[in-house]
Amino acid sequence: MSEAPAAPPGASADPAHGARDRADDHGIGLLLRPPEPRSGRRLVPARIAAMCAVELQKLRHDRTELYTRAVQPALWLLVFGQTFTRIRAIPTGGIPYIDYLAPGIIAQSAMFIAIFYGIHIIGERDAGVLDKLLVTPTPRSALITGKAFAAGVKSVIQAVVVVVIAAVLGVALTWNPLKLLGVAAIVVLGSAFFSCLSMTIAGIVLSRDRLMGFGQAITMPLFFASNALYPVSVMPGWLQAVSRVNPLSYEVEALRGLLLGTPARLPLDSGVLVVAAALGIAAASSLLGRLAR
Amino acid sequence: MTRGTQHGHGSRRTPDAVRCDRLTYAFGDSRAVDGLDLAVRDGEVFGLLGPNGAGRTTAIRCITTLLPVPAGRVAVFGHDAAHDRMAARRLLGYVPQQLSADAHLTGRENVTLFARVFDVPRRERAERVALMHRGRVRALGTPAALRRGLAERHGNDALPTLEDVFRDVAGSGLDDQSGDFRDVRSTRRTARRLG
Repeated sequence: MSEAPAAPPGASADPAHGARDRADDHGIGLLLRPPEPRSGRRLVPARIAAMCAVELQKLRHDRTELYTRAVQPALWLLVFGQTFTRIRAIPTGGIPYIDYLAPGIIAQSAMFIAIFYGIHIIGERDAGVLDKLLVTPTPRSALITGKAFAAGVKSVIQAVVVVVIAAVLGVALTWNPLKLLGVAAIVVLGSAFFSCLSMTIAGIVLSRDRLMGFGQAITMPLFFASNALYPVSVMPGWLQAVSRVNPLSYEVEALRGLLLGTPARLPLDSGVLVVAAALGIAAASSLLGRLAR
Repeated sequence: MTRGTQHGHGSRRTPDAVRCDRLTYAFGDSRAVDGLDLAVRDGEVFGLLGPNGAGRTTAIRCITTLLPVPAGRVAVFGHDAAHDRMAARRLLGYVPQQLSADAHLTGRENVTLFARVFDVPRRERAERVALMHRGRVRALGTPAALRRGLAERHGNDALPTLEDVFRDVAGSGLDDQSGDFRDVRSTRRTARRLG
C-alpha cells in the first residue's frame, strides 16, 4: 500500500518540532497528530471528490445491479421498438422508429434508476452511516453531489448498453467521440436531477415505503409526458405544457440531437439540465438534515 | 474561518471541550431536553447517565450538530454548534448506538473515507489506516462483530483530530462482558496521552 513519495511530512512545521514529528510519523504518534484542515475554498471540491470516490468503490463491490438494470432497456428496444417500427404509427421525421426510440430509452432507463435513489440515503440513515457522515466536516451538498454523481455513472453504463444494443439492431447512431462525450454529460446531468428529486422527496417523506410510493407515482407521468416515445407535436395541448416543464424532454431532445443529428436546441437543453441539477442539489441538501432528526 | 489547527494538545487555556447553556430541545409538545447546563473540561472522560427517555440521546444529538439548536446554547471547544458548525464537527468523533459502518464498503474503505473527510493528506492515509488495522482488527471476530467493532473503534480512532469522543451508549450495554468497558479504558488512556 505504498503511496507515491511526496514532500517530507514536516515541511511546514517549525524546525524545533521537525525531528520529533518525523520520529512520530512512523508509529502511533502519526495517529495523534491532527491533519491540516483544508481551507474553505478547497474544502467543497475535496469533499465532493471523496464522496464520489466512495460511491465508485460501492459500485465496484456490487455489480449485479448494473447487469439486471440492463434487461429493461434491452426489452424496450427489442420488443417495443422493433414492433412499433413495423406499425409506423408515430411521426418521427423520416427516421425509423427504433432509431427515434433509442435515445428516449437511454433517458428513460437513466431516470428509472435515479428516481429511486433516495432509498440509498434512507438506507444509510437506517444503518447509522448518515449520522456519522453528517457529524464530519462535510457540507451536505457534497454528500448529495456524491450520490448524484453515482446515479450519473450508473446511467452512463446503461447508456453504453443501450447504444451497443441499438448498434446491433442496426440503428445509425453517431460514433463521433465528442458527441458521445456530450451524451455522457447529458445523461449525468439528467440523472443528477432525478436522483436529487428523489433525495428531496426522501427528505420530505422520511420513510422508505412512502418514497417508493412517490417514486412509483411520478415515474410513469414523467415518462409519458415527455418526448421519449413520441414527439411533443402529437400530444394534446395540456400534455405539451407538462412536457415543456419536464426536464426529461430536454434530456431526450439533446440525446436525439447528439446521437441521431435530429434538430435540437443543445444550449437550451443543457442549460435547463444544469439549472435543474443545481436546484435539485440545493433542495436535497437543505432537506438532508431532516433525515437525521 | 476554520481554526482547527491551533487547539494544541498540551496548551493550558483551552476552552471547555463541551459546554451547554440552558439547552432545551422539544419534539413538538414533548420536551426531550429541558434546560441542560453542562461543562466538560478538555481531557475529561464524561459519562452522561439517566433512565430511558431522559433525553441523553437528544442532548448528544444537539451537541453533535445533528439537531438544530439556537446560537449560544452549545459549544464544542469554543465553537458554537449553531454558527460555527464545521469547526465544531472537525473536533467531534461520533459513534451512534447502532451499527454504523457502511456494509457496502470494506473495513479499510470505511476507515479511509473518514480519513479523507478529516483532510488526512493522501500520503499519510494508507499508513494511518494500516496502523489502525494492525492494532485492532485482528481482535475482532464474526462479520457482524467486525462491523460493529469497526464502527466503534474506527469511528473514533480514524478521526486523528480526536478531541471529543461521543459514544452514545444508550441501550448498547455498557458493561464488562460486552467488551465496551475496554474501549472506555483505552479512550481514557488516549485522553491522558492527549493531556
